[in-house]
Amino acid sequence: METRADAGVLAPEFLRVTGRRKELADTWTLELEPRAEFPFRPGQFNMVYVFGFGEVAISISGDPAAPGKLVHTVRAVGKLTTALCASKAGAQLGIRGPFGTSWPVDEAAGGDVVLVAGGLGLAPLRPAVYRILAEREKFGRVTLLYGARSPETVLYRAELRRWARAGIDVRVTVDAADARWRGNVGVVTRLIDQAAVTAGATAAFVCGPEIMMRFAVSSLTQRGIPTDRISVSMERNMKCAVGFCGHCQYGPEFICRDGPVFPFRRIEHLFRIREL
Amino acid sequence: MAQSGRREPAPAGDICAHRRCTLGYSFRDATLIPHLALPHPGRTAVRMNATSGHHVLPVSRLGDLFSALRSAGWNLAGPRIRDGAIVYDELETAADLPAGWTDEQAPGKYGLKKRGDGALFGYVVGPHSWKKYLFPPTVRMWSATKTADGMEVEVPQPAAPPTAFIGVRACELAAIAVQDKVFLGSGFVDPVYKARRDNIFLVAVNCGQAGGTCFCSSMNTGPKARGGFDIALTEILEDGHRFLLESGSERGERLVALLAAPAASDADRSAADAAVARAVSMMGRTMETSGVKELLQRNYEHPRWDHVAARCLACTNCTMVCPTCFCSTVEDVPNLSLDRSDHVRTWDSCFTSDFSYIHGGSVRPSVKSRYRQWMVHKLSTWHDQFASSGCVGCGRCITWCPTGIDITEEVREIRASDGANT
Ligand code: SF4
Ligand code: SF4
Repeated sequence: METRADAGVLAPEFLRVTGRRKELADTWTLELEPRAEFPFRPGQFNMVYVFGFGEVAISISGDPAAPGKLVHTVRAVGKLTTALCASKAGAQLGIRGPFGTSWPVDEAAGGDVVLVAGGLGLAPLRPAVYRILAEREKFGRVTLLYGARSPETVLYRAELRRWARAGIDVRVTVDAADARWRGNVGVVTRLIDQAAVTAGATAAFVCGPEIMMRFAVSSLTQRGIPTDRISVSMERNMKCAVGFCGHCQYGPEFICRDGPVFPFRRIEHLFRIREL
Repeated sequence: MAQSGRREPAPAGDICAHRRCTLGYSFRDATLIPHLALPHPGRTAVRMNATSGHHVLPVSRLGDLFSALRSAGWNLAGPRIRDGAIVYDELETAADLPAGWTDEQAPGKYGLKKRGDGALFGYVVGPHSWKKYLFPPTVRMWSATKTADGMEVEVPQPAAPPTAFIGVRACELAAIAVQDKVFLGSGFVDPVYKARRDNIFLVAVNCGQAGGTCFCSSMNTGPKARGGFDIALTEILEDGHRFLLESGSERGERLVALLAAPAASDADRSAADAAVARAVSMMGRTMETSGVKELLQRNYEHPRWDHVAARCLACTNCTMVCPTCFCSTVEDVPNLSLDRSDHVRTWDSCFTSDFSYIHGGSVRPSVKSRYRQWMVHKLSTWHDQFASSGCVGCGRCITWCPTGIDITEEVREIRASDGANT
């Protein structure tokens, strides 16, 4: 592990917001302009600082091949994220990062890939999708299974269609919908049963609420995918992102440093423990 | 926080002959001035090739050690009595030490008592630990200021007043080594901790007695300091009140040389050994540590956690007094005109429900899960993270727990019914 002693590890750099798009009623995508290129790996996150409010860990949801732009999709749930979502073009946000581990996209080349997302969990997976599409021919069957609460909360709707045209088997389901919805209704694990998910050289990337990940992993393992080929992204309270504040501990792991993306096998034994 | 310029050594006229002195200090000063002291971050004691002889200093001359440190530019911090407890605070002279006092400690109990002799270090550790100096309870990390064309971040130069810690116990040296791993040795370096850590002089004291909640022998951290200090003292009370001096670094050795203290006799040495042996025999608590890492990680569902949860108030005392606990939170404090906001780091505790708050709820809503997190971390997952125990056996968490919860007893109970399940 590299050692970073510069003050920048704990202090942010201010970047200008260049774009803001409303995704859902409470969810916005912000684009920032880095001073220099901002390279990152799919699945990594930044600490985003809003003046006077503080910092919050947000996954990077942009294209790793376009490091001239920094993209975050944020849901307004508290004061800080509400203020963050309200940042208009021209506003300045503090950025520290990127931090953490990433989706093993390169390791998945040569085989099939199944991406399973729940709710806003699609955002940290989007850079992996971009990366796969950039070299689509390197992968076998690529399947994206996405569960949202309702048709109104389906994130990146236009892109989902685009990805489907670009050679990804995209399947969406919602927990509940009225008669106008003609797609799937039910939990995302049902899609795993529907889709042509097979074992073999298949890698699975799973991101969403823990309960959803638990069911998704169990469906995937039933399909014969070993737990070291399944990656999950974990989320915990984080104050520092460098292993000092102690908040993100998950048994022996620091989510900020050892995660957020883990091979499921590594944390399998922790996943069963309540209130860890 | 401006650095106190007080007692900074002034460059002397003659050029230093010492190869590590690049600032033109006299040879004598160069061995002692704080900011030249450390060749490596986080490593105070420069290991010496040969064991230097032990020296002996009569109690009447302890003040000379203090003066030598002060004239070399060190502020002194050490034990003194405040509000009925022995705490760490600034010391002016050796007369500030709690002469003739001792402490009585038991689960949930602490009190001071007269000893009937003039011992200066005749007590063990109190509610403070040295972490308050190295990892300050509150520190401004940076500030953001609105400017004409955007935002500016100002990172303060970390304040690091050169400080000599007087009376550091063996368990506390171990605790400093543990926090070194957290803040300096695990990939990222905390600039606040590093600046302070690089600017201390460690005067250890080997314990001549142990307290009712001490278990350093079990944790293999004491009661004798084995390294990581500049000078170690052993207080000898029999046949003349005196101190055995041992240096643990080059600069410690030079300081001892400055004192021109006579070499210790065999009698001095065996009296010092006897003092440490007495401490070992008085150890108030024990903990069986073999396999404790695995023991706790396979007993996450043990019914004992419910038992302890029924007694724990989640008051956070144990984490505040623990010399290794390192958790912190940050708060943003904007000024009134809202053009500047300070990012302030403060100690935090895994015993609060807020600590694990995410998406509208706490990951650890029950006290049971929080005590379990704390204790499993201290004794078990710490090994995974930092290749050492997070507990040094100082006993503070036992003494300062209002309901007297005893970490050694909790381990014993779980071990006794290993594998029990709720
Ligand atoms: S856990 Fe308790 S005994 Fe161990 S180092 Fe911390 S305060 Fe001391
Ligand atoms: S164990 Fe004791 S000191 Fe620690 S939080 Fe519980 S009641 Fe407080």
